[in-house]
Amino acid sequence: MALEDLYKEVILDHYKNPRNKRSLEGAVQTCTANNPLCGDEITVHTRIEDGRVTEVAFEGSGCSISQASASMMTEAIDGRSLPEAEALAADFRSMMEGSHDPTEEEFGDLVALKGVVKYPVRIKCAVLAWDVLQDSLAGSGVAGGGAPHA
Amino acid sequence: MAGIEVRSQTMDVERVRLDFPILERGSHGKPLVYLDSAATSQKPRAVIEALTDYYERHNANIHRGVYELAEEATSMFEAARGRLAAFIGAEDPSCVVFNRGTTESVNLVAYGYARKNLREGDEILLSDIEHHSNLVPWQFAARETGARLRFIPLAEDGTLDLSELGSLINDHTKLVAITGMSNVLGSIPPVATIAEAAHAVGARILVDGAQLVPHCPVDVQRLGIDFLTVSGHKMLGPTASGGLYGRRELLEEMDPFLGGGEMIMRVERESSTFKAPPHKFEAGTMNIAEEIGLAVAVDYLCALGMDAVRAHEKELTRYAIDRLTDAGAVVFGPKDVELRGGAVSFWFRDIHPHDLAQVLDQEGVCIRAGHHCAQPLMRILGVPATARASFYVYNTPREVDALVDALAKAEAILGT
Repeated sequence: MALEDLYKEVILDHYKNPRNKRSLEGAVQTCTANNPLCGDEITVHTRIEDGRVTEVAFEGSGCSISQASASMMTEAIDGRSLPEAEALAADFRSMMEGSHDPTEEEFGDLVALKGVVKYPVRIKCAVLAWDVLQDSLAGSGVAGGGAPHA
Repeated sequence: MAGIEVRSQTMDVERVRLDFPILERGSHGKPLVYLDSAATSQKPRAVIEALTDYYERHNANIHRGVYELAEEATSMFEAARGRLAAFIGAEDPSCVVFNRGTTESVNLVAYGYARKNLREGDEILLSDIEHHSNLVPWQFAARETGARLRFIPLAEDGTLDLSELGSLINDHTKLVAITGMSNVLGSIPPVATIAEAAHAVGARILVDGAQLVPHCPVDVQRLGIDFLTVSGHKMLGPTASGGLYGRRELLEEMDPFLGGGEMIMRVERESSTFKAPPHKFEAGTMNIAEEIGLAVAVDYLCALGMDAVRAHEKELTRYAIDRLTDAGAVVFGPKDVELRGGAVSFWFRDIHPHDLAQVLDQEGVCIRAGHHCAQPLMRILGVPATARASFYVYNTPREVDALVDALAKAEAILGT
């Protein structure tokens, strides 16, 4: 198994230059979760207006896979309706379980994370931001800043 | 010690390596560089063969059958207890309770001793460098008894700050539970000093020996240890081997933990009486083969000489700290190898430890990345995780070189 399958250029780019890594002010949903395996923690802020994600950002620290996945996620769901965002999260999960093989057209940069499937221990890293997003979309988070769950 | 030759005070590592079959295999097409012995050690051929030999020639349940096999198995199991007891300087084999290791041992003392003897207002003194297995059971005990947990703080240099020990150990202190060697920082707290302070106020001391016993000569009586935990799988023994040393009178007053077969004297419908220690704490069928295998591991370590083991690891640790530091890594814990063992945690050029470990794996180098079951310590150090290389009898300076070479590859891929 070649390491290049895991550390693809686009992943390293999102890791070294994360998109939307900041906090959001005002009326936003904020959720945090951590990965007990490695202590990584990710917070996702979403602004939802008229059933649509109008702004999304993340904060936290973690490995290249968790950071790149969070960064790509913010780009991928920005502007989507809640059902679309939910569907994308479900598709992403399926990709990480190996049961969905999306094209680049369908998935954009996110398709680069497919290589993680071959490294079972790292799947949790890739999924962490999406877990937090789904919590956030479900409205289970505390608006304006929540405590870590775990 | 049939088949094991007693070696001189300095260890011949290349000869030691020949005793470990797993070192013959590679990983990802490279030689295997196993630097995760703090998680679990590799096993010498003699230990692996002891397991096979037991199952092929002696297997029977112990302490029950009157036939020859059962008597052989029983006497091998009890002989193993004697060898482990002698290895740690216990006054008598009956002071050694066999179980699955440190986690089970700490839970046993927390349940059988702390729950029985501690009251609201009492204090249990731990430290900031404890593994979760020497923390979470005390949280249980504190919650049930109303006792309070206190902590010896970490000092700047990665050792424990004992400047406030005089107030941390006071008339309320009933139990001190500290590690003998940190699995993250390698620090070796001065157990004898802390034991003396504990005993001066009538408190008992438990030492988490998971990392200490495999790597340093230990004498429970000389150090004044009341309870010592032993994890066999970290000292060349099989997984799920190990046990708890306890001073005889303490084991006698403790409540049993698991009830069931083998630990009883007489069972009525409503109540039972129990055997004397150690069997009071050994309910059900034990890990017989594993404890017999552990005794062979103890023989192996004795043949090397624990002073030689310690000297070898000090040398290797010093070399690793120097090379890692030169390569630009920040090494946590004491820099003086007299104060520490060979678990070397580090942070390298802001590359997340998981990424580092992943790239190193591709080079055949096995290190641990994560919080090492020490989340409170990670918070104090201000990092989410560390990378950790840890050494044992079979590791060599050229493996430290392989580690450092692999770090350069990680930097090429992940460095900013």
